[in-house]
Amino acid sequence: MTPAASDSNGLITEFLEWFGDLGTFLWRVVRAAVTPPFEFKELFRQLDEVGSMSLPLVALAGGATGVVLSLEARYSLTRFGAKSLLPAAIVFSVIHETGPIITGLVVSGRVGAGIGAELASMKVTEQIDAIEASAVNPYRLLAATRILACILMLPLLTLAADACGLVMGWVAQALVEPLSLHQFINSGFKGADFNDFLPPTFKTAVRPPVQWSCRRCS
Amino acid sequence: MDTIDQIAMKRGNTEENGGAPVIAVEGLHKSFGSQKVLNGISLAVSRSETLAVLGRSGTGKSVLLRLTIGLEKPDSGSVCIHGQDITGLSLDQMGEVRKKMGFLFQHAALYDSLTIGQNVAFPLQHHRRDMSKSEQDDRVKQLLAEVGLEGHLEKMPSEISGGMQKRVGLARALALQPDILLLDEPTAGLDPISSGEIDDLVLKLQEEHHMASIVVTHDLRSAKTVADRLALLNEGNVVIEGSFEELQKSDIEFVKEFLQHS
Repeated sequence: MTPAASDSNGLITEFLEWFGDLGTFLWRVVRAAVTPPFEFKELFRQLDEVGSMSLPLVALAGGATGVVLSLEARYSLTRFGAKSLLPAAIVFSVIHETGPIITGLVVSGRVGAGIGAELASMKVTEQIDAIEASAVNPYRLLAATRILACILMLPLLTLAADACGLVMGWVAQALVEPLSLHQFINSGFKGADFNDFLPPTFKTAVRPPVQWSCRRCS
Repeated sequence: MDTIDQIAMKRGNTEENGGAPVIAVEGLHKSFGSQKVLNGISLAVSRSETLAVLGRSGTGKSVLLRLTIGLEKPDSGSVCIHGQDITGLSLDQMGEVRKKMGFLFQHAALYDSLTIGQNVAFPLQHHRRDMSKSEQDDRVKQLLAEVGLEGHLEKMPSEISGGMQKRVGLARALALQPDILLLDEPTAGLDPISSGEIDDLVLKLQEEHHMASIVVTHDLRSAKTVADRLALLNEGNVVIEGSFEELQKSDIEFVKEFLQHS
């Protein structure tokens, strides 16, 4: 076999091992999550850690995004004589994409890095082995609770980011051209339905298992 | 003195005496990559007996302990706890076995986000949900009193010394009243006085609880204090197993050298 072919085989083998590891890890986490005894106390602790503690940062990021959208979209829409569509542009931008993306990035950076550091530290100091030696399933206590907390909290945090984005977008708009919040909301949500709102919000719930798996295997 | 050939005979005598081994390790092999760590280890420990496993650094003593509690899987061989081979058990099945075992890690491995009291209460909260909160608190206080740390409930692990952390680790290991106690270098990193205190504590707990214990150490003085039998490992094998006096009488070169330098 040529060196190039040998290298390719090595890479393919590595990839397949990584994929197998990923599958094994996810299977163990899912199995631990759905079999008793359930770790409700740890889950609630993680809901607070992921949700409550991330709320200020997510709200700030969402609000800033709303302001920037309002200021920049106003300029473009005015050029094309579509200034009246500004509320709708802000609303649809925020709830479709920027709200979920900003939430995902902020929570990923804050919570993801924190969880990674915490579990790495626990591994090095044998705390995870101690959990296992105490006859407690570490996948159930550590992994499943954190993933579940992220899945439950991310859509709610996305709602918070959306709300702050819309409110701050209105504030930025109102500072330039007086417009009541009621008018802004009515104008912005005209023509919107749940299909515009629910899928983008709940897609953030899919991110945690993917992120976790990548982190686990890296 | 026992050479490798006589170990099986001694184990047979143990079983004939009615003291069936609580821990029975048979033909254990373990490698990490190309590094062969254990090369067919066989050991047995009965109830109320303490076996000290000695050897140079890197001879697989801690790996042996981790295999005994199932934190590692052997390449071949068996580990029997109360007659049940644990090497093929799943994580949840192992959990049931581990409820009867206590493990003291080399650096105590306390949960650094929990207080001392919460650390000791951890096994009780997960496995003794039949106990009320006040019963669990009483048990935690009792355990900490046994190891001489009453009054330190609310401290964090980072606020106490290494010796105190080991004591807390011991208290946690005893929370579920195990039949088996595994100690990984309990006196490592401690000054002579603290080491002596830990040895005395282990001896006292052994006398009170009558557990089958394995102590991994390279501290011969500590092994002499706490152990009924000593097993000396070298290059993945048990070179000799017996009392300290039997080790002293041994003609095996490695044993003489080990004792000379200890």
